Amino acid sequence: MSGRLPRPLVVPAVLGLVFLVLPLAGLLIRAPWSTLPARLAEPQVLQALRLSLVTATVATAICLLLGVPLAWLLARTAFPGRRLLRALVTVPLVLPPVVGGVALLLVLGRRGLVGSWLDQTFGVTLPFTTAGVVIAEAFVAMPFLVISVEGALRGADRRFEEAAATLGASRWTVFRRVTLPLITPGVLAGAVLCWARALGEFGATITFAGNFPGTTQTMPLAVYLALETEPEAAVVLSLVLLAVSVIILASLRERWVGGA
Amino acid sequence: MNPPVILSARLVVDRPAFRLDIDLQAGAGEVVALLGPNGAGKTTALRALAGLIALSDGQITLDGRLLHTLPPENRPIGVVFQDYLLFPHLSALDNVAFGPRCQGASKAEARRAAAELLARVGLAERASAKPRQLSGGQAQRVALARALAVRPRLLLLDEPLAALDAHTRLETRSRLRRHLADFDGATILVTHDPLEAMVLADRLVVIENGAVVQQGSPAEIARRPRTDYVARLVGLNLYRGAAEGTRVKVGELLMHTAEPIDGPAFVAFSPAAVALYRSRPDGSPRNLWQGAIEGVERHGDNVRVHLRGPLPVVADVTPAAVAELDLSPGRQVWASVKAAETHAYPA
Amino acid sequence: MSRRLLRWALALPVLLALVPGCGAGEPGAASTASAPAAGGNAQKLTVFAAASLTGAFTELGKTFKDAHPGVTVEFNFGSSATLAQQIVQGAPADVFAAASPATMKTVTDAALAGAPATFARNKLQIAVPAGNPAEVGELEDLADAKVKVALCAAQVPCGAAAVKALEAAGLKVTPVTLEQDVKATLTKVELGEVDAALVYATDVIASGGKVTGIDFPEADQAINDYPIAALTGAPAGSTARQFVDLVLSARGKDVLTRAGFQVP
Repeated sequence: MSGRLPRPLVVPAVLGLVFLVLPLAGLLIRAPWSTLPARLAEPQVLQALRLSLVTATVATAICLLLGVPLAWLLARTAFPGRRLLRALVTVPLVLPPVVGGVALLLVLGRRGLVGSWLDQTFGVTLPFTTAGVVIAEAFVAMPFLVISVEGALRGADRRFEEAAATLGASRWTVFRRVTLPLITPGVLAGAVLCWARALGEFGATITFAGNFPGTTQTMPLAVYLALETEPEAAVVLSLVLLAVSVIILASLRERWVGGA
Repeated sequence: MNPPVILSARLVVDRPAFRLDIDLQAGAGEVVALLGPNGAGKTTALRALAGLIALSDGQITLDGRLLHTLPPENRPIGVVFQDYLLFPHLSALDNVAFGPRCQGASKAEARRAAAELLARVGLAERASAKPRQLSGGQAQRVALARALAVRPRLLLLDEPLAALDAHTRLETRSRLRRHLADFDGATILVTHDPLEAMVLADRLVVIENGAVVQQGSPAEIARRPRTDYVARLVGLNLYRGAAEGTRVKVGELLMHTAEPIDGPAFVAFSPAAVALYRSRPDGSPRNLWQGAIEGVERHGDNVRVHLRGPLPVVADVTPAAVAELDLSPGRQVWASVKAAETHAYPA
Repeated sequence: MSRRLLRWALALPVLLALVPGCGAGEPGAASTASAPAAGGNAQKLTVFAAASLTGAFTELGKTFKDAHPGVTVEFNFGSSATLAQQIVQGAPADVFAAASPATMKTVTDAALAGAPATFARNKLQIAVPAGNPAEVGELEDLADAKVKVALCAAQVPCGAAAVKALEAAGLKVTPVTLEQDVKATLTKVELGEVDAALVYATDVIASGGKVTGIDFPEADQAINDYPIAALTGAPAGSTARQFVDLVLSARGKDVLTRAGFQVP
């Protein structure tokens, strides 16, 4: 405790912090505080904020539902091509989101591979709908969850799973009652990353789901368009998004840490 | 008067640079200890019995049913793991109730059964504690209760006392002994501690390098070790030689023994039976040889002296004798052992 | 592998600091960096231009280079509003060609450019996907609820023009999306996600036949003027003025017309 902090760690750490925090400071300093209340009261702002929170949350739920089993598959099974599959999972991380949006259109769009079938069979089209926003966000955010959960699974002590098996637990029961509780911290961390990424999603969303207030215009889209004409409004919107996400994440963390 | 054999197994597990190949039987209510040095394959055998690793060859039958074809969750087994592996997110009660739940009991039923078992191991009042709030001894008892809760026919214990400190171990061991006595299935206990094996087991199976080197009752094994490892475990000097009547040729030396025997034989005697002298003793005992002191160490109330020479030997002498004889390393001394104190048996 | 990545990540800020111009703070950086080339008059000309000018200006850039050996022309194509912001924040630009007078005004208001000249006009067209599945023929068809329409957001020039045209026609159109720029709007048509969109005639030409453009009379009410100006304090100095002259010349007009612009 009394040992001196190693300088090779502290100096870059401080630089890193400054690097991350300074742009935020820029936003705060340049924020038009006097007009802030009026801007916040605009119905469009609240509408976009609500849509952002709802879609990011639903997208995170979908990512959990699909991503945790996928992470399990990657971490716990051996099959030919697993490495390739693992690389493919990270594709949305590497792909520019706009390209991801175009790719989604090509598959799920009205004339897309799956989309045309959906349209003809069920009369369902996903682009320009709130569901489309959720899909775009889930597509971009899922790798964060999968990678985080896969890491947790690899780090978990498998002997607990063996112990459960000797007690008569089927593989599904083992997963549900032993593995999942053991990796809960990893799953939560992944979900937070996933949610944050979904909340800030712009490129894939505007490309796949378009931009229409109330249905598909999330906060990042509102921010971008505000930037075209009213940079000040964009700053306000960014701050609102930032404040809301920080408050939500901090309060959730409080609850999780308190409960653990 | 032997109990009916309910477990009969030939376990073969091939690993790079290692092969386990052992036969194993256990009767109803019998406790069999697998004893052996680290890396001998004890735990591998246990995991094979539990189904956690696949057999390369052989088979396992329990109560007349083939066991090795079943996945672990379908085997009627209970396992107490070395560090217990209690589920950290579940209370002691829910840990014990886990097995019954998996076997289809309702939550209430499973908890009732678990509470009963916890009471039996004397932990009724710790039911709601999480594993990290339990002491080592308590955790061991919860692990035992959890293993017994599935009503196994085969109980597997992997170094059940190794994680405990010396004081707790004594008490936990006697508790474990009582619980094992009540258990009507077969028990396989893996340990590297001979004392633990002797106290808990009805029969010992000694494994070295993946193969059984000796088995029998603790008394038999203690009296007639067949390998250096076992001899060291039970604290005897052991030599192998060729016997002719009451004489056994061990290397260059001719040992005189009490029991007549012919052919390949073991000669064993206790370190306490060895007498040491500065100069060649008078009256010339029949087993006498010279050796250099290699090391001297405390051993209980006595001093243990290691001798190098034609017959490497361990001798236990009193501290007074050490002072009197000036037994410092490197010194040449005479050692003798009475024929009546040796024990010869066929190799 | 990750360790190597980390090393690169650590090195990146250092590398960036070493690359001239990435500092972006000093407007003089660009010209000083390009000064020492052969002949003494070697120069770099940086043109910030609206994305819709990409084709035409790239061609004019080549023409300019041929006429001015030793001068390299660099383009920064993007949304006019974004470009204007960058210029106001001190980006080292010599010439600014905007897709609307409003965005140019941002720059002239900051006293960063002299009086701009209008060099091109762009007119809206109805763009429909190949085959025109919704059988759109005139502007009125866009008001049909069954026809999926994409418009540019009102905040960007093509969106403002669309609003004007629709107002002039007295039509109320509910689009499924308000896209962030004209290219994004066009993409939705190209992929067939929408049945029609209002985009510039130049964009229809640039799409290379993937969409069909339909003229409509109300487009004349929403003509978009493209102003150009050499920036005061342009690092390239008089060369900037020469590029503006080329754009306004007959040769410039020819290139712009072929790209679908109307020229004054």
